[in-house]
Amino acid sequence: MKRLEDKVAIITGAARGIGFSIAEMLSEHGAISIIIDLNQEAIDIAVQKIDDMGNKAIGFAADVTNSEEIASIFKEIHKKFGKIDILINNAGITKDGLLMKMKESDWNAVMDVNLKGTFLCTQKVCRYMIKNRSGVILNIASVVGIMGNAGQANYAASKGGVIALTKSSAKEFASRNIRVNAIAPGFIKTEMTDKLPQEVIDNYSAAIPLSRMGTVKDVANLCIFLASEEASYITGQTIQVDGGLIM
Amino acid sequence: MDIKAKVIDLIVEELGVEIGEVTLEASFIEDLGADSLDTVELIMKFEEEFDIDIADEDAEGLVTVGKAIEYLEKQLS
Ligand SMILES: NC(=O)c1ccc[n+]([C@@H]2O[C@H](COP(=O)([O-])OP(=O)(O)OC[C@H]3O[C@@H](n4cnc5c(N)ncnc54)[C@H](O)[C@@H]3O)[C@@H](O)[C@H]2O)c1
Repeated sequence: MKRLEDKVAIITGAARGIGFSIAEMLSEHGAISIIIDLNQEAIDIAVQKIDDMGNKAIGFAADVTNSEEIASIFKEIHKKFGKIDILINNAGITKDGLLMKMKESDWNAVMDVNLKGTFLCTQKVCRYMIKNRSGVILNIASVVGIMGNAGQANYAASKGGVIALTKSSAKEFASRNIRVNAIAPGFIKTEMTDKLPQEVIDNYSAAIPLSRMGTVKDVANLCIFLASEEASYITGQTIQVDGGLIM
Repeated sequence: MDIKAKVIDLIVEELGVEIGEVTLEASFIEDLGADSLDTVELIMKFEEEFDIDIADEDAEGLVTVGKAIEYLEKQLS
């Protein structure tokens, strides 16, 4: 039997990047990956890729900041599969800029998706997990939420918030056998970072003890472990996947 | 439908208590050993079983068996 055989896993922001890699790997380990993202076409392509590998995935278009949309989709998922085992709060955005010049709308947008979205999805899923006396929630934070970053006040604050939310929900849900952990990736190679000039990438890499950027699989591998029974005594933690960038 | 009997059944089932303990004066937390999550679950159970929405402000007041029965009888009449 596979490690996550027939586990029902919801991954937000999973049409591409880190989220897609997590969905792909969860399904390789036997889970049914449920991809939530904004654009239906992108979702269909992502689902098809997993399907082509002979694994299970379905998708729903929804915005994680819309509590009604999320509640009704989770209800539908629960009705279809009779349970929800895993939630990965991965949807996230950046709107970088110096604090002095940061627009209030950029602050709000980042807080809404990264922090409020994580809260709403957690709130809408927890009733099913509580009833089931079992569940795993993983929140994708960032090392920036621990160390701060010039030009990312909004993003860093949202990710710091995600870490505190992780600890609070871990405490609230522990008695119901629901584990909540955060993952703090460092500098991960994605379509987003591919656009950066090589010089910038080299400079970043020089600051990393393992002297390379991380891959989406580095993050997904940790998700598999934390979602599995092998991590059954781990909750409320923030685990970095950053090549030793901060220690 | 006998709402009172149904409510008592649900409480016995959700909180794993003896039917004899479920008196009208019994407080969910003080007397029936519920924790705060149990009380939220119980409210969800009432919503599901009786197909109604219980507002958070109303739910806060439902601290004893009697108060819950009284509230549900009123809502469903
Ligand atoms: N790439 C990195 O180096 C890095 C480092 C640390 C943390 N992270 C975090 O990892 C997560 C994934 O990042 P990524 O690099 O794969 O980003 P990405 O931009 O490639 O993917 C994010 C996905 O989320 C979706 N999304 C955005 N807003 C949404 C909303 N409101 N509702 C639903 N879906 C929405 C997007 O459509 C996109 O498909 C983010 O939370 C990010 O902050 C990334």
